[in-house]
Amino acid sequence: MGKAIIAIEGLSKTFTLHNQGGVVIEVMRGAALTVGPGECVGLVGASGTGKSTLMRMVWGNYLAAAGRIVVGDLDVAQAAPCEIIALRRRTLGYVSQFLRVVPRVATVDVVAEPLLTLGVDEAEARGRAMALLSRLNLPEALWSLSPTTFSGGEQQRVNIARGFVHPCPALLLDEPTASLDARNREVVLGLIEEAKARGAAILGIFHDEGARARVCDRLVDVADFAPAAA
Amino acid sequence: MTPLLSVQGLTKRYGRHVGCLDVSFDLFPGEVMGIVGESGSGKSTLLNCMAGHMVPDAGRVMFDTRTEGPVDTVAMAEPARRMLGRTDWAFVHQHARDGLRMGVSAGGNVGERLMAVGARNYGAIRTAAGDWLERVEISVDRIDDRPGTFSGGMQQRLQIARNLVTGPRLVFMDEPTGGLDVSVQARLLDLLRGLVRKMGLSAVIVTHDLAVVRLLADRLMVMKDGRVVEAGLTDQVLDDPQHGYTQLLVSSVLQV
Repeated sequence: MGKAIIAIEGLSKTFTLHNQGGVVIEVMRGAALTVGPGECVGLVGASGTGKSTLMRMVWGNYLAAAGRIVVGDLDVAQAAPCEIIALRRRTLGYVSQFLRVVPRVATVDVVAEPLLTLGVDEAEARGRAMALLSRLNLPEALWSLSPTTFSGGEQQRVNIARGFVHPCPALLLDEPTASLDARNREVVLGLIEEAKARGAAILGIFHDEGARARVCDRLVDVADFAPAAA
Repeated sequence: MTPLLSVQGLTKRYGRHVGCLDVSFDLFPGEVMGIVGESGSGKSTLLNCMAGHMVPDAGRVMFDTRTEGPVDTVAMAEPARRMLGRTDWAFVHQHARDGLRMGVSAGGNVGERLMAVGARNYGAIRTAAGDWLERVEISVDRIDDRPGTFSGGMQQRLQIARNLVTGPRLVFMDEPTGGLDVSVQARLLDLLRGLVRKMGLSAVIVTHDLAVVRLLADRLMVMKDGRVVEAGLTDQVLDDPQHGYTQLLVSSVLQV
């Protein structure tokens, strides 16, 4: 196994609620993990133990209170906004549970956008987007429509297509198979296995135990990072 | 990398009242910066001081010019700043009427900007104007109509065409989607995103609409009482706000 693509150490998180008496809530202390190339690490732990919080700190939309989160060559915990933006464009992908898009933009353009941002030619970007949507069994009639009115399962597949359309070296997956039927779940697991095969480092949350057993090489229990346990 | 725009210690007072106080930030090429805050927080004052519409009491606005590198536009001679305003900068007003010439045709509104930077060939100007109308999704059939006959959303798109036709590098926008129907807003947001990406534009967008900045801005500054209380990556400021005022602002948005 090569050098870790994602390396976390001494990571802590607190929330200060200024409008609720300035209460400080410590939710994580001393978190540490690594994900190597071609490896998929699953985060486990009961609801509310901080799996999503940890993922968001790696993505950079939650600020770390202390510690290091190195993705590629960049310490996200210390990085400037423009460095995180560049990281997200080229290196780090994220399939969240929420689809946030400009209303009225066609699904195929939503999926192609990460490639267009990287300067990929428009025809090629749309071609790759369509190939992925087709593989995810999203009916062609929907491609020219905005995904904002789609069902939960359809939106999730759009999100997955958007996350996989550019082959990122590191990938965060937050319940990628949650609302999918058996056939589409199989497609997504196939995409994850292919990403591993090309050397991507994947950090994921999978409540689907079968999926977890199939794609995860290791599991990390975030309960170990609870402040009380540290 | 040299910032395209570097704002340093910008301050503007209205008598004893503070407009904006000691605001500093760098904007890099291709970046979109959102500025949010309530009415009276100083965000429009800041924008107008940056764009040269208002003279700040203190501070510098360094712009990386094509020929001379970074120059303080506050200290620049008025003619030079006006030229910059025509060639490298654009300003999109909240009310399209403030940024358009209502007595001139749509094509004239776009062509006029080209003529201001030296274009003289009528055919070429008309072709470029028609091309830009199409890019902002206004039918070329309307090229000879006056903006007064356009809907609010069309007027706003025309204002954008007028501003972008000269290929600026930096666009200042003051509530560009304010006052438009939500469906029209969505179309404008998509258009702006596409133009920013294709032209490699940098932009500073003032708005009170957090949903707009989430979709358009890479970075965000939150202003209160003329001061920047929080700044950072847009989704970080919105998802994990650190300052009490930002927390209040984010938690006050009605969910749909």
